[in-house]
Amino acid sequence: MFVALLILAALAAPLIAPADPIRQSLRGRLSAPTFAGADGKAHLLGTDHLGRDVLSRVIYGARVSLLVGFAAVIVGGLLGASLGLLAGFRGGWADSMIMTLADAQLAFPFILLAIGIIAVLGPSLPTLIVVIGLSGWVTYARVLRSQVLVLRSREFVDAIHALGGSVLRVIARHVLPNVLSSLVVIATLELARAIVLEATLSFLGLGVQPPTPSWGGMVQEGREYLDSAWWISTAPGIVLMLTSIVVSRTGDWLRDLLDPTLRGE
Amino acid sequence: MALALVGQSAPTFFIGILLILIVSLNLGLLPTSGREGWQSLVLPALTLGAFAMASIARLTRSAVLEVLRADYIRTARAKGVTEALVVVKHTLKNAAVPIVTITGLQFGTLLGGAVVTETVFAWPGIGRLAIQSIYNRDYPVVQCTVFISAVLFIVINFCVDLIYGLLDPRVRAG
Repeated sequence: MFVALLILAALAAPLIAPADPIRQSLRGRLSAPTFAGADGKAHLLGTDHLGRDVLSRVIYGARVSLLVGFAAVIVGGLLGASLGLLAGFRGGWADSMIMTLADAQLAFPFILLAIGIIAVLGPSLPTLIVVIGLSGWVTYARVLRSQVLVLRSREFVDAIHALGGSVLRVIARHVLPNVLSSLVVIATLELARAIVLEATLSFLGLGVQPPTPSWGGMVQEGREYLDSAWWISTAPGIVLMLTSIVVSRTGDWLRDLLDPTLRGE
Repeated sequence: MALALVGQSAPTFFIGILLILIVSLNLGLLPTSGREGWQSLVLPALTLGAFAMASIARLTRSAVLEVLRADYIRTARAKGVTEALVVVKHTLKNAAVPIVTITGLQFGTLLGGAVVTETVFAWPGIGRLAIQSIYNRDYPVVQCTVFISAVLFIVINFCVDLIYGLLDPRVRAG
């Protein structure tokens, strides 16, 4: 429900946002949440240090967060799924190389690597999406590989080979339908992680650049005004936290739904 | 477990901001940031620990539930051992191996989280050093911080392997 509402808010941002998210107003700076601000308009979540309406910025920020989140999940999913399929079907050196790469990435705090990559390439939306996507491929690859290893030795796969079916046909018609449910679960959990990672990078100043509103960036901007204007940081932060909790709960729920063996644990 | 859920889902930097807001500004108990004695350590430690706390709590819960089903727990209860002793001595000790493993692995996440936490609290640590040297393109310092983090991670996990032997005598023979 909450996610649907959020997607709707992001899509319809220009229609429902009460004000222009980057329009500044020096007279209406640091206004507390109010129905009638100094400039005569209602600011339900107050205004920030440049007089921009916080509620509008939170709504527009949803666009950035969801766009980066979904795009990163697609990038990571495609990469991880293809590498996992390759590792599972080929075996041998391809398998050991891909898995070594995955272990190496898991052993290292990824956020340092992400900061390094972004610092070298310069912060931009595509860079952000690719970096966050890269951070998530390992999970897909591992799960797909293990599932492929199980499926590969099943009789129906042998039967297709015997009948002259190609490897691609096996993947498309028999492996993918079998692993689709676990892919959906991972993608949901990855979405929550991607949104939080985007906010973290934006918070550090390496993600979405001002004046484009993003939740992480807004928390960072409000940090210096915490004792005088608590709403600047708190509003986007709470929305971000709710989003993350709801999306990961959805992931847990999907997992229980699609995998009856886990139920009741 | 609701607390664990929040700890695992909420972004580190926002937990830090919330703690500053409530504990430092509203209650005036602790300094907001910087390095002024032990008081400045409390909030960063809580912030950084929140994520690890959440996953350790979840794992401990499932490990303890599993051990509680074992026969020797029923035996212990049957011979009249007090409930507190059953939990601490019989259950927790047998559930400890996965808990210690995840605690060791969490250390890697902590190093990453330290970057964010130290930025929030303006704590002059290795995480902030790393991020500042990346901003300044000071690559020798970047290499050094990454190297030290990696060595720490390996040393900690080696210690974890040693602790297995202390916890579970069966491991020592192998």
